[in-house]
Amino acid sequence: MSLRNRWRKFLNVFMLAMTGVCAVAAVSILFLILGYLAWNGWRSLDWNFFTRLPKPPGELGGGMANAIVGSAQIVLLATLIGAPVGFFGGVYLSEFGGRGFSFVVRYVADLLNGVPSIVIGILAWTVVVVPLHRFSALAGALALGLMLIPITMRQTEQFLRDVPQSMREGALALGASKWKMIATVVVPAAMRGIATGMILGVARIAGETAPLLFTSLNNQFWSSGWNQPTASLPVMIFSHAIAPYEDWHRQAWAAGLVLLLLVLLANVAARFILSRGISAQRGYL
Amino acid sequence: MSSSSDSELTVGKPHERPRSHAGAGVRLAAAPPKMRSVNLNFYYGAFQALHDISLDFHTNRITALIGPSGCGKSTFLRTLNRIHETVRHTRVEGRILLDSEDIFQVETTTLRRRIGMVFQKSNPFPKSIADNVAYGPRVNGVRRKTDVEEVVERSLRRAALWEEVKDKLRESAYALSGGQQQRLCIARALAVDPEVLLLDEPCSALDPIATAKIEDLLFDLKDQCTIVIVTHNMQQAARVADYTGFFLLGRLVEFNTTEVIFKTPARKETEDYITGRFG
Amino acid sequence: MVTATQSLRPQAGAGAFWRRLVNGDEVARLVTLAFASTVLLIVAVLVFELFRGSAVARHRFGWAFFVTQNWDPVAEQFGALPFIYGTVVTSAVALLIAVPLSLGAAVFLAELAPQRISDACTFLIELLAAVPSVIYGLMAIFTLVPLLRDYVQPFLGKTLGFLPFFQGPSFGAGYLAAGLILAVMICPFIISISREALFGVPREQREAALALGATQWESTWQVVIPHARLGIIGSVFLALARALGETIAVTMVIGNDPSIRASLFAPGYTIAAVLANEFTEATGELYLDSLVELGLVLFLLTMVINALAQLLVVLTSRRGSAHP
Repeated sequence: MSLRNRWRKFLNVFMLAMTGVCAVAAVSILFLILGYLAWNGWRSLDWNFFTRLPKPPGELGGGMANAIVGSAQIVLLATLIGAPVGFFGGVYLSEFGGRGFSFVVRYVADLLNGVPSIVIGILAWTVVVVPLHRFSALAGALALGLMLIPITMRQTEQFLRDVPQSMREGALALGASKWKMIATVVVPAAMRGIATGMILGVARIAGETAPLLFTSLNNQFWSSGWNQPTASLPVMIFSHAIAPYEDWHRQAWAAGLVLLLLVLLANVAARFILSRGISAQRGYL
Repeated sequence: MSSSSDSELTVGKPHERPRSHAGAGVRLAAAPPKMRSVNLNFYYGAFQALHDISLDFHTNRITALIGPSGCGKSTFLRTLNRIHETVRHTRVEGRILLDSEDIFQVETTTLRRRIGMVFQKSNPFPKSIADNVAYGPRVNGVRRKTDVEEVVERSLRRAALWEEVKDKLRESAYALSGGQQQRLCIARALAVDPEVLLLDEPCSALDPIATAKIEDLLFDLKDQCTIVIVTHNMQQAARVADYTGFFLLGRLVEFNTTEVIFKTPARKETEDYITGRFG
Repeated sequence: MVTATQSLRPQAGAGAFWRRLVNGDEVARLVTLAFASTVLLIVAVLVFELFRGSAVARHRFGWAFFVTQNWDPVAEQFGALPFIYGTVVTSAVALLIAVPLSLGAAVFLAELAPQRISDACTFLIELLAAVPSVIYGLMAIFTLVPLLRDYVQPFLGKTLGFLPFFQGPSFGAGYLAAGLILAVMICPFIISISREALFGVPREQREAALALGATQWESTWQVVIPHARLGIIGSVFLALARALGETIAVTMVIGNDPSIRASLFAPGYTIAAVLANEFTEATGELYLDSLVELGLVLFLLTMVINALAQLLVVLTSRRGSAHP
């Protein structure tokens, strides 16, 4: 065997092995994060974390009950703002859109999806915080809701497009009007996928910190209303992690574990639902 | 050109078949056509898919449209209930009359209620068997539970499917076999009591036994509605149809009673196709 | 006798419009159209507010804003250069690390791994993309920063200290830490999009190369990757836009020092990080407007890069459909 061929053989085996190393490295990062967070978070997690308010710096103990409830409030309101807009917009893109205008909407939605979340925060700040003269859960929810719109819109469109054209023709041939066809056949057929997409979208905005920093701000106590500064888990993790107190770091780990588990759980559940749905409906897919 | 007037059509007697209905042998001269197309041209963008099609469909008769694939027979069928309008950049010139009313002046929902359609590939909705059949009546305003149940049973019986599915009406339509799914689609189309039933190669994906069941079904349905069936299977046309039209390259080459078309066709192209010498 | 009808406008005229309005189709179309249009409205308002909000700073500093490096809120002097520099440097470090790693992993998943393993790994990697960025920041601040400060940076300083990038005291927090955590965060995007692009390469292309006596690596490197290059470059652009705009994780490890240093060990600042830290504390119109102008810069930067990325993705799918 010539030297050149031997070199080629070696290069082949070496480079292919390196690609395997890269893949293992990428996957192991997930387990590294999960493991480290589970180890530190589990030790720090106790009943107080879920039931108590944060203690002032220097004092031991306390929890993040207000941040858990605050996050739930903000994410719920954001979903109420973003999901319907995204859903109906997606219906338009898939079912009514022509060539030109839909293309523009699609393109702009993808661009909006790529706008840094902190910039979305600035937008919510200018349209809610500045006129109302206060930081509020409402402003935070608006920022997250705006982020949810392009995500759900594009996903809804995608899942509606996957519904075979023969379904639409079948319904129209029975004398259904177009909107009845959409409401009674197309959307139900795609519902599982759309719901999955929504879960993934909500999981994504639930972990966002940057757009909340100057919209819902933070709060060491229970928030007294939608127009008041409100604590949230991501912002709480951020502020506790960069603070110089050992006990706050402990709390940050606990909060990090809770947040990560919620987000990963939503992701795994969504994918599980979707894969089950596909095998159950293979009849038409 | 090749289109036939009423008088021509009544000359030939539909040939007798063992399973055909009692009314089949009666002279048709007095009966006006249920549907007729007059000088119909069809375009996909700049491409003309149908040239000047004029053709009558007779009340309570089965008309088969045959021809090689790509000849325009399905396109023609899809204009009869205007389902072609779901495809972009299509254009129709000419007239189609349903009971001497121009279908392009009728609301599509009303029109399609009167003209049912069964597609080449069975397309049950991802719903239960009962909900599939009830779909048409429901979108057309039937609300009462007992009414819906009644129409579901009646339609499934008419489609000869009732005995096979009566115990699993709440199960998904996808649990049925291919032939059963296609008969479900027929039942679904029948549930709105259409005056005309269009079938676009309804048996192309089915085995011979399922095909025979559907052909039997068409005979039974004939006295209730006017049937138009597109098929690439000449034996099927010969078995079920009273009239047959032969399409080639977007033109209606010949239209006559099935007997004439299959025994003494007037045109060379028809004869070549019928005898398998085509192409 | 001839009635012409058009499928796009089956029933033209005002009467037909009203009929469709009554049967609901037109209402449904208009309502969903209104919802779809909101994305245009949002982007329009966003651009308008960013321009209006930064008016004072833009008039005061003009183009000098981008080339001066003095950021002094007390003296009301605002120059954006340290933040632009930090944003570019951290993103560059991230790409340098993430692109080879991700491409390698994508090649393994698309070309070598059996389908089941490939799908399982891709699922895990996509989960990685779902991890909130504050979690990455939390991990980085307590593991990556001490590791860099105590081991990696002293080692690099000893071995590669002749380069200006690896000189100076080890802080831990700084450009290198931010670049590394960004690299980890953008890997999933590059891997999953590149894997799809590699899957899109026709089988015949590979077989042609192998039939000519190429090794599997040569076929991959010389034929498959070039064939998928548009999709891969698109994924890198998308990842770059992510890295430029990433806020929280970077804020936690960048060191928050508005100065320009050559050494990657040194603490710095990025546009997103300064927004996160100073927006709520900004007093005075000029200070606030300067921050909003930074937001505008970040917006335009990511906009352009995303637009390019999407163009590439569109081009790939066009080309893909041309060769089924």
